[in-house]
Amino acid sequence: MKFRSVFDIIGPVMIGPSSSHTAGAARIGKMARELFGRQPDWAKIHLYGSFAKTYQGHGTDVALVGGILGFSTYDERIKDALNLAKEANLDIEFIEEDGSSDHPNTARIQMGDEDGDFELVGISIGGGKAEITELNGFELRLTGQSPAILVMHNDRFGAIAAVTNVLAEHEINIGHMEVARKEEGKDAMMIIETDERIPDHIMDELNKCDHIMQVVTISE
Amino acid sequence: MLFKHVSELVEQAEKLDVPISELMIRQEVEETGKPREEIFAQMGHNLDIMEKSVHDGLEGVKSRSGLTGGDAVLIQKYMAEQETLSGNLLLDVVSKAVATNEVNAAMGTICATPTAGSAGCVPGVLFGLKPRLNPTREQMVRFLFTSGAFGQVVANNASISGAAGGCQAEVGSAAGMASAAAVEMAGGTPQQSAEAMSITLKNMLGLVCDPVAGLVEVPCVKRNAMGSSQAIVSADLALAGVTSTIPTDEVIGAMFRIGESMSPALKETAEGGLAATPTGRELAKKVFGPAMGSE
Repeated sequence: MKFRSVFDIIGPVMIGPSSSHTAGAARIGKMARELFGRQPDWAKIHLYGSFAKTYQGHGTDVALVGGILGFSTYDERIKDALNLAKEANLDIEFIEEDGSSDHPNTARIQMGDEDGDFELVGISIGGGKAEITELNGFELRLTGQSPAILVMHNDRFGAIAAVTNVLAEHEINIGHMEVARKEEGKDAMMIIETDERIPDHIMDELNKCDHIMQVVTISE
Repeated sequence: MLFKHVSELVEQAEKLDVPISELMIRQEVEETGKPREEIFAQMGHNLDIMEKSVHDGLEGVKSRSGLTGGDAVLIQKYMAEQETLSGNLLLDVVSKAVATNEVNAAMGTICATPTAGSAGCVPGVLFGLKPRLNPTREQMVRFLFTSGAFGQVVANNASISGAAGGCQAEVGSAAGMASAAAVEMAGGTPQQSAEAMSITLKNMLGLVCDPVAGLVEVPCVKRNAMGSSQAIVSADLALAGVTSTIPTDEVIGAMFRIGESMSPALKETAEGGLAATPTGRELAKKVFGPAMGSE
């Protein structure tokens, strides 16, 4: 079941006007920011379906950018996000796509800086809830409802065990986990949803594991 | 999960001899592992946000597009100055629903119930009934848990998204949730809450999502006005002993299938319905320039 908490229904507290097009969009932007791990220099935001048709009216644009700046759904700075992005030297481009997508409210976000770039697909499923469905070409499902970590690693034996061993040593319980790779022996990825947020010292430990390229956290 | 359908919600509440709000609270404790007090406090915070939205809207706000704002003030002024046709309680409910959605349209802070576009129904009914029923704060917080329980069933079995199911999924759900909660606050039974939800939702079936210029303003604000008034009338019918021939879960199922067969033009794309009227297109042009209105 997608809606498990009463606060999915009575909530979120948010800046109007649309839970799916404003609050959900802010959540997609914020998850993108957290997955990227830092504020990017540029972002290209492709909008599909209802997002493409109505983004200006619903403030989807300011909400996505607000999220990328790290703002929550109830942060009043969202209203001013386009100006704040300029001040923060963040280049934003919106592209309205004609093509269809699996979900009516879909955004594909590419972002980067001189150290790298990445691409993800987010959907807003109603009532302010959002999911990430694709990351750098990997299909996944990340809801942002629980704390989670994303691990980019080399597809080698022992990489997954190394990460889960560290979590086990610190008595951190895994609620949901997905692993994916593009082709054998190349880049691979783990998404691990945990019952509690993983503190920095454990993140440092995870980063030092063999074959691990990058670990980032995503808050609730 | 303690319940997935309205039938289970009613059954459990009767079996345990507790109100539906109590089931929702227990479910949330079980689901999140958080202490009851923390969950209650979080809902109390949402109640405070709603109260502030109602208050701000009644002071008078205007959206950036200029399409909405100020109607809540007009309704209250009318009530103060003359005898009304539908009565002060009903119009007070309506004005408070309108106030919330006017604040939402003006990019103010609101609590989505279940969505932002339908955020007016639940607080409108709650704060409109407050002078009549004199609820305690605990009862007001419980009103929100009961609303949430019914909303959760709809969300998990149908949809609460206008883009997926049309306005029936948003304002329809919100009005149904509010009517069920109103019954509980007025002392009705869990089954009567379910009847009220059915009666409300049945009268919202087929309602399309056709926002002018894609803005959550026209007709959203007035749909919340009428949704909240239906919630009150349905609650009264249920308290009078009127029942719905079609059970609530089947009404929710019908709502889902109607949403599936609805044209995408009528599901929050601003391409059909009122958005596609000459005036709707003209307003879109005015707000966003020619590209938007020519679709």
